Amino acid sequence: MPDLSFTDDVASAGEKAVVDEVLAVAGTAVIFETDRLIRAGLARRNERRDLLLPALHALQKESGWISPGGLNYACDQLQVPPAEGYGVASFYELFRMEEPEHEGDVVHVCIDAACQVAGNEELAQRLEAEGNHVHRGPCLGQCERAPAVFIQGLRKPDSVPADADNPLAFHQQGDPSLRLLHRLGVVDPTSLGSYLENGGYKALAKAVEMGADAVIAAVRDSGLSGRGGAAFPTGIKWRGVADETGRPRHVVANCDESEPGTFKDRILMENDPFSVIESLIIAGLATGAERGWIYIRGEYPLATERLQNAIDQSRQSGYLGDDVIRSGKRFDIEIRRGAGAYICGEETALFNSLEGFRGEPRNKPPFPTTHGLFGEPTSINNPETLVNVLDIVVRGADVYRETGTERSPGTKLFCVSGHVANTGIYEVPFGTTLGELIDLAGGATGEIQAVLMGGAAGSFVGPDAMDLPLTLEATREAGTTLGSGVVMVFDTSVNMTEIVVRITEFFRGESCGQCVPCRVGVVRQHETVVELTQKGTLEPVKAQLIDDMAMAMADASICGLGHTAAGALQSALRLGLIGGSQ
Amino acid sequence: MTVADKTVSGTKVSITIDGQPVEVDQGQTILDGCRSAGVDTPTICYADNLTPVNVCRVCVVEVDGNRTLVPSCSRPAEEGMVVHTDSDRVRHSRKMVLEFLGSGVDLSQATEIGPWMDHYGADTARYGESPEGMNETVKIQDDLYIRDYDKCVLCYKCVEACGDDAQHTFAIAVAGRGFDARISTEFDVELPESACVYCGNCIGVCPTGALQFKSEFDMREAANWRPEEHTVTTTVCSYCGVGCNLELHVQDDTIVKVTSPADHSVTSGHLCVKGRFGWQYVQPPTRR
Ligand SMILES: Cc1cc2nc3c(=O)[nH]c(=O)nc-3n(C[C@H](O)[C@H](O)[C@H](O)COP(=O)(O)O)c2cc1C
Ligand code: SF4
Ligand code: SF4
Ligand code: FES
Ligand code: FES
Repeated sequence: MPDLSFTDDVASAGEKAVVDEVLAVAGTAVIFETDRLIRAGLARRNERRDLLLPALHALQKESGWISPGGLNYACDQLQVPPAEGYGVASFYELFRMEEPEHEGDVVHVCIDAACQVAGNEELAQRLEAEGNHVHRGPCLGQCERAPAVFIQGLRKPDSVPADADNPLAFHQQGDPSLRLLHRLGVVDPTSLGSYLENGGYKALAKAVEMGADAVIAAVRDSGLSGRGGAAFPTGIKWRGVADETGRPRHVVANCDESEPGTFKDRILMENDPFSVIESLIIAGLATGAERGWIYIRGEYPLATERLQNAIDQSRQSGYLGDDVIRSGKRFDIEIRRGAGAYICGEETALFNSLEGFRGEPRNKPPFPTTHGLFGEPTSINNPETLVNVLDIVVRGADVYRETGTERSPGTKLFCVSGHVANTGIYEVPFGTTLGELIDLAGGATGEIQAVLMGGAAGSFVGPDAMDLPLTLEATREAGTTLGSGVVMVFDTSVNMTEIVVRITEFFRGESCGQCVPCRVGVVRQHETVVELTQKGTLEPVKAQLIDDMAMAMADASICGLGHTAAGALQSALRLGLIGGSQ
Repeated sequence: MTVADKTVSGTKVSITIDGQPVEVDQGQTILDGCRSAGVDTPTICYADNLTPVNVCRVCVVEVDGNRTLVPSCSRPAEEGMVVHTDSDRVRHSRKMVLEFLGSGVDLSQATEIGPWMDHYGADTARYGESPEGMNETVKIQDDLYIRDYDKCVLCYKCVEACGDDAQHTFAIAVAGRGFDARISTEFDVELPESACVYCGNCIGVCPTGALQFKSEFDMREAANWRPEEHTVTTTVCSYCGVGCNLELHVQDDTIVKVTSPADHSVTSGHLCVKGRFGWQYVQPPTRR
């Protein structure tokens, strides 16, 4: 083993203790040799590098920053070169690399669109005046209760003030047509008993009875497609992983949910966490994976706690472990927390992040179904996608397809925020129109100027789009997207220029920086838009430049962040929301 | 460890490049195909002796059936692929990548990038008065190297050479995110404090002059660097028995830098501190 070289900085006793705790507790994961680790040489083959991110979380919580001594200690324990450890830590928004001047918690205030129109800056200034250390950052996934706050605790758990006093932002309780959210507000999210009373774990029992191939066939026949944004057919993905026999396989629930405007996964996980666990177990048994992972964004403390509780209770009752409900199959789940990086929701960036590397997306092909987590076959799904499987298994593909349209079967969760009466999460059949959805949310509270569909990576539509059917096919044809289900309504009081400038700034802040078209493109795009706001009009050469940059980002970037980074801006220009032509 | 040979000789794959049929070994890339077809292709982050990281995207090509362009340097050729290296889309993206780099990075010593900028008509002037750049100052922390990250295109080559692909020292890595990403030691400590062993392999692979021998840097500062006059003498390093080939670059009867051929079977272009810097004894300082 080549000796790693460290600077003289040493960790405090507290820092050593918290890192030791991480390494001692997390001992269950199987270590497999991977291409990547082998490429990194023998010395690193037996490492537990995937514990680097948990160790960094522990250091940040203990000291309020990643100190040189603390980093040295974590890197020494895990045999990670300190320069690489620094490269990893400095990638994340929630880790500070300089000693903070203040002592105590960091109060994060969201600066993205739903919070912009809800007075986030006034809130931030008030919190500052009260003596808090405020950090202004991207969407916190609480857009239904904007302006959003998240408190990163020093030597105490993170918290979200709104969790204490906010009612559940769900207005469809008791609606018998619900397929995914029927337990919300009914079930006790902390109790396995309550879950069982409300139909829980019936799908798992049926899935075991059906067998893996029949489950995958049902998922394929249902026409279920991914709800994380890319709409890839889930059955095909599962089949691909299941066919990789003879290799260790993984299933991952992608709970990173960081697309501005998106909060559906959070509300689902907080209020029906067992359903996410049950469906992930089914995914594991169907694909032949023995390890399940939940990668959840670091700003979701309540959802993390509830999922962990659901895992613990499920393991105690034999739903997880060496013999899942006496099926003879082994399956267990580990939770990993992200640390503030939108890009880590991109599936291959998520793998790198979980493995303890920088959250930089990988080039595809090869695809995750053959080379995913630790280089091994992996099925990664959004929690909403997963929960659909419960309904498919219990009622069958044919009944599932009775809802929705031919090409978009089933129901879809929408995150309705902005200027509507009842912001929140809504489950409606595909094919419901945009206007119907907004009516379901109590209608717009003012005259609609624009609606952001799909989040920052999506696009704006105008008030004339109310008849747009919310299906994959119809939105695609209309040149917009459902994306992750964001429907953010802006009334005519909003200065859309501020919204669009912030969207371009969001991409500038969230690009991983790996590939040139995106790393530089998102910066030049932001600079061009700022210049536009200063001059008041968009000169033709600059309009051309925006299109030129957009085309290169869409064509030559590595991942979806670069591919979609210009969409919202270009749609705003087309609709005349900015650019001086309104 | 050097880059594993990924080709499977014997099995051939037939592809079409710009209408021309080309055969490559299974496992070879589109770039390999372009080269054997005589199609000149720009590359920045690719090197024969490093694992492709495919981040610069200047080598992109259009492949029928693919929604986006693909990086030729890392995409294995597949039977029947139809590749276009000079379509409007390809020229556009290559031009934009070069413009983007030129708009924020000092490419004055990137001798291989300049001609491609002319070729694709990159116009870095259209990004306004003061597009944000790297805003770095030259790091001079010892007598052997300088690091001028104003010239850095973040090709990751130095990181690979320092780490997995050659040296296994891991003294430098990419730190930060997005446009703020930089090549850095831990907490940006000075190089002598880091794990650096002064093998100079990072300098050997840097395409832009961001990493330089101090000797070259000083001569450039003194306007005394005249590469067109250099003579190159190949010899074998005399320090140990490994047999590394050295190329001694000489100006005015003085060794001004040492490299090793990238295709040399022993070194793959990489050396250690002795071969790279241990030449002072052949020319006592008094002679310089
Ligand atoms: C920049 C970026 C961010 C993403 N963030 C998420 C996310 O937070 N959650 C998610 O499920 N998918 C996200 N995705 C999509 C994933 O890459 C992947 O397609 C998805 O997790 C697959 O699950 P599905 O098939 O169930 O949708 C993101 C993609 C990109 C390009
Ligand atoms: S497109 Fe952007 S986010 Fe994606 S890999 Fe490239 S730089 Fe990173
Ligand atoms: S210093 Fe040179 S080799 Fe390293 S990333 Fe920058 S340009 Fe590439
Ligand atoms: S929490 Fe502010 S926009 Fe989502
Ligand atoms: S040379 Fe292919 S991506 Fe850089």
